[in-house]
Amino acid sequence: MKNMWLLALFAGALATTATAQNQDLGEPVGEGGEVEGLAIEEDDDGPLRGTVTDESDWSDIGVAIPAFAADRDQPTPANADGTAALGREVARVITANLRNNGLFKPVGPDSLPQPGFADIRAPRWGSWSGRGAEMLVQGFVTNRPDGRIAIGCYLYDVALQDRLESAGYVVRPADWRRAAHKCSDLIYARLTGESPFFDSRIAYIAETGPKDKRVKRLAVMDSDGANHRFLTLGSATALTPRYSPDYSKIMYLSYVDGNPRIYVYDIGSGKQQLVTENSNPTLAPRWSPDGRHILYSMAVAGNTDIYRVPVTGGESVRLTSTPGIDIGGSYSPDGSRIVFESDRSGSQQCYVMDADGSNQRRITFFGGRCATPEWSPRGDQIAFTRIAGDFNVAVMTPSGRNLRVLTNGWQDEAPTWAPNGRIIQFFRTERNTGRSNLWQVDLTGRNERRLPTPVDASDPAWGPIRK
Amino acid sequence: MNSMKTSLILVVSATALAACAKKPPEELPPAPVTTPAPAPAPAPTAASGPTVGSQQHFEQAVGGSTVIYFDTDRFNIDSADAAALQAQAQYFARYPELTFTVEGHADERGTREYNLALGERRANSAKNYLVSLGVASNRIRTVSYGKERPVALASTEAAWAQNRRAASIIIN
Repeated sequence: MKNMWLLALFAGALATTATAQNQDLGEPVGEGGEVEGLAIEEDDDGPLRGTVTDESDWSDIGVAIPAFAADRDQPTPANADGTAALGREVARVITANLRNNGLFKPVGPDSLPQPGFADIRAPRWGSWSGRGAEMLVQGFVTNRPDGRIAIGCYLYDVALQDRLESAGYVVRPADWRRAAHKCSDLIYARLTGESPFFDSRIAYIAETGPKDKRVKRLAVMDSDGANHRFLTLGSATALTPRYSPDYSKIMYLSYVDGNPRIYVYDIGSGKQQLVTENSNPTLAPRWSPDGRHILYSMAVAGNTDIYRVPVTGGESVRLTSTPGIDIGGSYSPDGSRIVFESDRSGSQQCYVMDADGSNQRRITFFGGRCATPEWSPRGDQIAFTRIAGDFNVAVMTPSGRNLRVLTNGWQDEAPTWAPNGRIIQFFRTERNTGRSNLWQVDLTGRNERRLPTPVDASDPAWGPIRK
Repeated sequence: MNSMKTSLILVVSATALAACAKKPPEELPPAPVTTPAPAPAPAPTAASGPTVGSQQHFEQAVGGSTVIYFDTDRFNIDSADAAALQAQAQYFARYPELTFTVEGHADERGTREYNLALGERRANSAKNYLVSLGVASNRIRTVSYGKERPVALASTEAAWAQNRRAASIIIN
């Protein structure tokens, strides 16, 4: 990994001597801490571990989420009002996660009684069944001697008076929301049988200003919009970010030297390097699933093709060679194939090739065009921008079958997958004003909502589940 | 090695350009204009007019033809574009000390990354034509802004037509 930076150092004296300010970069935001598991004393968990699979059956599940209890109300850097207030915030975060997912009917801590610390592992069943709650989420917050905090998370079936799940998380105070997301993931996964996704981050482009003078900045946030940070200052246009699979880096396009070029931004150090030392414009950065390779597109004398380069540096390999525009690309989760877009047939269509560039074949033949294909992390679907009059987000199988259009905006583009392959985010641009916002939709197409961002937004890129 | 690759690509893209042209015979670039004998140094004009090397001077000299326009998803040089580029080439032949940028742009009705590539293709299309008219390629820088810098702000066919453009900008 280090080799690449060394290589870039040799090649790019200009890039390395420039100050962060010259590169339009803000202060480094740091990578954040770990979530350590906490052993929870297990009751007999019982045999009830079935999974509910029919959506109609679980979409209305009532879930009560009272404030997490503190053993003693103590000061904590995570909340100015102490650990008891923090416990209430944790329950609020979980409630918002489950509500925004559209599949549950959670009731949060602000309209529920507060369980005591002793009630957490032995719920007062009567008080919850009387409220019509089918599921109950309880938990605790305690300070640890090492300065970190421990957050316990329990999921109970109220009717059966049974504990379905329990887990504990030890985090730095600054990372308390991650524990709330891990708890949300535990509940979501248990009740849906799907993989988790809440403990993840999103990189995107924050947009301000009038349509002909848009300021476009690189920004990041948690999956629920919290912990928002601007990474660039806005003097240079930034576009199309992608988180590395380990969240240590972000690749994105910047005009910081006046030309569109892909940079690899290191989150810990707040420094960046060109993806490849070359005078040609580089576009459309993508990571391989294992984080070892980078795909980028490069225009040479006006002709754009797709290239692959190891993260550790070295020779770029050209994967496409048609006179048309070949751009983008998204690896299958096993890394063996790449879906990309090309106008070699006369209009934008989606193609699949082997990871070495061989066996290129067109997969889309329906009316309209196929752009910005993104392979689902589950491997079973490809999301893309379908252009047929308006721009809509659609999905299909990797062989180009079973087209399903999920959205109906005037201009919905650039889908990105949730880590579990069940939800898609994209950006929607308004006609005339050019203002854009982030939206998400699930694979049923029914649960669509706008993601709140501090300013207008585009180019969402959802990272994987955090370790 | 690299330059071999580059020239190969140039040949390929030139072929592609020719293949895409609507009316091949008329659209072949005319023979390079004879470069006028190195500037009989432009008579120092009255202090009032725009100075040589300014964008304003360039615009006046070429009768506003600093921008050429493209059809949706196209990047070929049509006859109107050719006339504008000829005027530009004559200007740059007259002022050989000037260098300039060709900015390629797309309308908003395309996806962001594709439009960056399309703008690049348009800028290079204009550049190649100017080179065919005798302008030295090292005087022409190209840059694509895709759909990020529209000049017409409505979401109408007329506005999009104005935004699908390659604009020549003097570098001072």
